[in-house]
Amino acid sequence: MIIQEPEHFEPTRNFVQNTGRHVLAMLRGSGRAMLMLLEAMRDIPHGLSSKHRHDILLQQYVSGVKSLGVLTVVALFTGMILALQTGIELRRFAQEVYIGSAVTLVMLREMGPFMTGMIIAASVGSSFAAQIGTMVVSEEVSALEVMSIKPVRYLVMPRLVALIIMMPLLTVYTNVIGVVGGAIVGQTQLGVSMPAYFDNATQYAQNKDLYVGLFKAVVFGILITTVSCYQGFSTTQGAVGVGRATRRTVVISFLVMLAVGYMITRLFYQ
Amino acid sequence: MIRFEKVTKWLGGSLVLDEVDMEIRQHETFCIVGASGAGKSVSLKHMVRLLTPDSGRIFVGDDCVNEARGKDLDRVRNRFGVLFQGAALLQWLNVGDNVGLPLRMKTDKPDEDIDRLVKEKLEMVDLVETFSKTPYELSGGMRKRVGLARAIIEDPEIILYDEPTSGLDPVTSRTIDRLISRLKTDLGVTSVVVTHDLHSALAIGTRIAMLHDGKIVETATPKEFIKSDNEIVKGFLEAQYITTEAEWKRDPSP
Ligand SMILES: Nc1ncnc2c1ncn2[C@@H]1O[C@H](COP(=O)(O)OP(=O)(O)O)[C@@H](O)[C@H]1O
Ligand SMILES: [Mg+2]
Repeated sequence: MIIQEPEHFEPTRNFVQNTGRHVLAMLRGSGRAMLMLLEAMRDIPHGLSSKHRHDILLQQYVSGVKSLGVLTVVALFTGMILALQTGIELRRFAQEVYIGSAVTLVMLREMGPFMTGMIIAASVGSSFAAQIGTMVVSEEVSALEVMSIKPVRYLVMPRLVALIIMMPLLTVYTNVIGVVGGAIVGQTQLGVSMPAYFDNATQYAQNKDLYVGLFKAVVFGILITTVSCYQGFSTTQGAVGVGRATRRTVVISFLVMLAVGYMITRLFYQ
Repeated sequence: MIRFEKVTKWLGGSLVLDEVDMEIRQHETFCIVGASGAGKSVSLKHMVRLLTPDSGRIFVGDDCVNEARGKDLDRVRNRFGVLFQGAALLQWLNVGDNVGLPLRMKTDKPDEDIDRLVKEKLEMVDLVETFSKTPYELSGGMRKRVGLARAIIEDPEIILYDEPTSGLDPVTSRTIDRLISRLKTDLGVTSVVVTHDLHSALAIGTRIAMLHDGKIVETATPKEFIKSDNEIVKGFLEAQYITTEAEWKRDPSP
């Protein structure tokens, strides 16, 4: 059962006690979120049945197709900024052509998955939290429970599957647009021709860079779904609570993605 | 049918239910009345284990609800249909899909069968024409009736109503009252109605319990209830301008 009754403590001014409570609440929250994730993972086989297929496709459409516009702009400018910044430095050594590999490697390894994760957390994750939070507040989740329809299977599993599929695809898209953005800046600002740029890029980028980036994207997708759905389910106190759940989703997702992103990089690139 | 034994519940630092004892019998329409915040919804939620008591026990038939989990809990919940205060319809599904949701998710019935059953239940609440509308196209009263159709889709033994008439005009409220009486006779269900609308409780209830400060202060038939000596009941009756027997009458035609 994920609908939990809110814990109540008498307010205290004791600093140590307060800090302790916050730490405990955080640990308890992480634990519960993990349990929810495990339950959703266990339910993934049910996603193959016709009962859930429609929901999964709908979530894929909402999280994937609808984010393409903003992702395009973000990816293009990320690539352009990367090219410009590194190009200006490299020009001092007359090595501008190396922006090809610089932009491509940074996009594949780091910026592609991270930028995609940021955008999806801010747009899709927050909407997951708001939607589930609103359902909690209006007793729709309680209604599901009473009808013995498991809220995790019905609400979390389709979103989890959707993001696990869409995050890598969107990341590939972000990578491509970012690299193209770099090429445009190379051609117009730095005098690096497109063929030279792509030659340089393919010479240094390896498959491993792509795969590690895509692995990150999948992990980010799982993190975003877990954080947003958990925050949605733990909404209390009406509309104010929905706002709080949305804000927390974005903030916590960003922090967790940064930390986990670092750890994955560390793991694969010693 | 449903029995509370010394049920105590703390929420948000206050005592909401204080050793509540009550027994709801089969086939009756049991009304729980009380002011807002008296703990009416909380007691209703205990019956289907949306809340768990801090102490005390709740029985549904022979099953102790507050210890049920997994399959046992599903079996107990399956005996209930619940109409929530705001109807709790899923906003992105149309009326037909909302009402048929439990069947679609839990059974392998073909779509035609589900649609037929859904229409049957919508017929009972006089709303067949809304089949393909979305919840936000409906008025408050219609939404509650759709919620009711969903509550009875799996033919429950017990229907719980949380404030079925709150937020509705008097005419619509009486329509809902008649519907509750009709479902009781047509389906032979046990009903538990939580309400602060005494007119409604007096019209449809076989027994009325008054909840105040976490305790049941009076349980009586409607006839006895309006003559009660209890000061809290008297105050509650007066607040709704019900002073003599002449001023209300039981609905003669359910
Ligand atoms: N989830 C909750 N957290 C904290 N307090 C709650 C919660 N649910 C109910 N309460 C409190 O319990 C009391 C009874 O609530 P409720 O049963 O909803 O009242 P009503 O009789 O109007 O239905 C109220 O004072 C309310 O503030
Ligand atoms: Mg209530």
